[in-house]
Amino acid sequence: MTATTVPGPAGEAVAAPSGGGRGRYVRPYGDTTGDGMVQMSFTLPVPHGPRAEGAAQQLAAKMGLDPAMVVHSHPIGEDFTFVVVYGSVTHLIDLDAVRVVEREYPLLSPAEVNAAVKKVLRRKLTVVGACIGTDAHTVGIDAILNIKGFAGEKGLEYYRELRVINLGAQVSVPELVRRARAEKADAVLVSQVVTQRDAHILNTREMAAAFREAMGARRPLLVAGGPRFDPLMAAELGVDRVFGRGTTPGEVASYLVHAITTSPSGAAPAGAGRAGA
Amino acid sequence: MERGLLGLDPEVVAAARRLAARAAEPVIELARAHTTVAVERATLRLAGITGADSAHRSGDVPWVNRVVDTVREHCGLEHGVALPVFHALAEHDLGGLTELAEATAAGQVRYRVPSGRDRARAERAARAAVARGLRVVDRNRVRRERLVARWGDPPRRPWIYLIVATGDIDEDVVQARNAARAGADVIAVIRSTGQSLLDYVPEGATHHGFAGTYATQENFRIMREALDEVSREVGRYVRLTNYASGLCMPEIAVLAGLQRLDMMLNDSMYGILFRDINPVRTFVDQRFSRQVHARAGIIINTGEDNYLTTADAVEAAHTVTVSQLLNECFGHEAGLADWQLGLGHAFEINPDLPESFRLELAHALLARELFPEAPLKWMPPTKHMTGDVFRGYLLDGFFNLAGVLTGQSILLVGMMTEAVVTPFLSDRDLALANVRYVLGAAGNLWEDFRPEPDGFIVKRAKQVLSEAVDLLERIVEDGLLQAIADGTFGLMRRPADGGKGADGVVAKAEGYCNPAVELLEKGESR
Repeated sequence: MTATTVPGPAGEAVAAPSGGGRGRYVRPYGDTTGDGMVQMSFTLPVPHGPRAEGAAQQLAAKMGLDPAMVVHSHPIGEDFTFVVVYGSVTHLIDLDAVRVVEREYPLLSPAEVNAAVKKVLRRKLTVVGACIGTDAHTVGIDAILNIKGFAGEKGLEYYRELRVINLGAQVSVPELVRRARAEKADAVLVSQVVTQRDAHILNTREMAAAFREAMGARRPLLVAGGPRFDPLMAAELGVDRVFGRGTTPGEVASYLVHAITTSPSGAAPAGAGRAGA
Repeated sequence: MERGLLGLDPEVVAAARRLAARAAEPVIELARAHTTVAVERATLRLAGITGADSAHRSGDVPWVNRVVDTVREHCGLEHGVALPVFHALAEHDLGGLTELAEATAAGQVRYRVPSGRDRARAERAARAAVARGLRVVDRNRVRRERLVARWGDPPRRPWIYLIVATGDIDEDVVQARNAARAGADVIAVIRSTGQSLLDYVPEGATHHGFAGTYATQENFRIMREALDEVSREVGRYVRLTNYASGLCMPEIAVLAGLQRLDMMLNDSMYGILFRDINPVRTFVDQRFSRQVHARAGIIINTGEDNYLTTADAVEAAHTVTVSQLLNECFGHEAGLADWQLGLGHAFEINPDLPESFRLELAHALLARELFPEAPLKWMPPTKHMTGDVFRGYLLDGFFNLAGVLTGQSILLVGMMTEAVVTPFLSDRDLALANVRYVLGAAGNLWEDFRPEPDGFIVKRAKQVLSEAVDLLERIVEDGLLQAIADGTFGLMRRPADGGKGADGVVAKAEGYCNPAVELLEKGESR
């Protein structure tokens, strides 16, 4: 196995990966180890011509490409230029310094979600969703629940083993608790878009408190979502999970599976009182 | 293009149409026997009501909603909204519908269904007001025909259809102008996520949509005006598309007619299946909205492509054919001509499947030959676009090739960034370059394209048609509403009594009066 070397950050020679080897410092691979070759494309708001190409070249240099080659450019309308650039990046990545936030549960396909629910619960998992308070924006809850879905993923209605009840907008907290009970919900999803005077936070806290009071430890899994929520706020809000902007149905479904499979009873988290049923 | 490459048996085709008509018949009867809050609101919009109550505690509520809700509270909607409204207008001696709406909001109006001479007077006044609105729709149709004659249609088929969706109507205008200059023949302004479930149409110019821009009368006007300017510049009439779907389908159809939109997404079952809207509500609203589209000279686009994003595109191919036949039947009944039926279908077969492209050709040719006069809308891959933009670009190239090879009429331009980001300026430019290359390199390849009479493509097309006939037989037996409840289309089960907007459906009483329906059905304008 041949290993070429690339200089490390302090100038020391570092073994670079070759074949199956794993080096600590890496660069992109074009056709030779350590060549750092990348390709990128972008549009500049500059009319097509040498000036646009020169500008693209400079941008590439500032991004750490040396040398950078503008291999193609063409006009888009009168005011824009599209360019394709190839070049070698001068940067080096220390793999030991790469920190990634791992989702604590795997992303599952709809088929995997269905299979897991079938195996763990041996019945359908019931999800009740609503927009609570005066919030009439069902965008969020519909994106997660409706079959139409969001970002190319189908909503939870699409999952054969999920029974979805979408209560829609402006549902009062007592009504939500009543319906969740009647439907024996395993999970309750609430969506909050309106954030005036922290309405989303107050409404969610009120909801969590109402479920605690009415059902205690047997309450369903509580999930809150909305574009202005911080996923770190779950404990503060009294819910099990908070999803922020850009969450897809698949992430929510995968989380639900994770929650039911890791709950101590082995059945639904709080099981809506049916852990043994 | 020359027909008959598949050698379909005319008997089988005729049988399929007969079955579709039988399946549709009870649903059409149901649609005739009911009205909805949205149909009544659409009628008042034709009669000239505009604006919103900005003093209401839950934000801007359109006046038309205030009035229809109050009429319903006072005397029900089974006689229609026209009689109580125009009776109240005369009784209170008010200047117009907006004044009436203000008085309604102030609690000064008590609605009732008039009888005798009062009824006759209210009926006359309502008919005159609605006819005025319809004459605007008629004038817009004439104006469109004149502008098309002046500036011209696109020089070839398929027409190139591009979507803009920024959420801000002013940005949409910038994008739409650029798209038209780059070759788009049709601009669709995609709606804000979830508008289909709003039971009112927002008012005014809007700047904050979610992944799309709200459909409002003012937004329609702004965009049509911008496209008229760019049409003059590029020397062809650039068409504008929006969505007459969801809970306000009839009202949006009216607004489209009033603002000279050219195409509207308008499927008979999409809302039921993908938005969980009540089936009866949908069929009633759909019939009225199609009557308006027929009158306005608007081309509808149906949504069969959506089934293939949930169900498997090979297994469920025949459900697309069945839905196209049903959409055709409902469309004809509502007065739409063949040239207005932009029946949909899509390139959604898993590209990893062997022979996937030949299967696509078979399905696309089947649609072409079943509906030779319809401006078929050919939809690009979405389900198998993974974020690998390079592979996506190749797939879109094959989609374009299938489109020109099978003579599709309207080609929705596929984006390699599907499912990644809303398209960049450059993504749209590259997508159009892809279309131009395929049109230029292979635009006339259909002349040489003769599938083997007993070959793979012909056999597959015939198989899909025969599966469609079988399914139609089952639907006739069980009833269309039951078939929908059983999950026949797009795998969604939707019972007839479930879904959103069910409480907005009202059975018509003896003596129900709606001048819009009368004028539309008889084709009158006075």
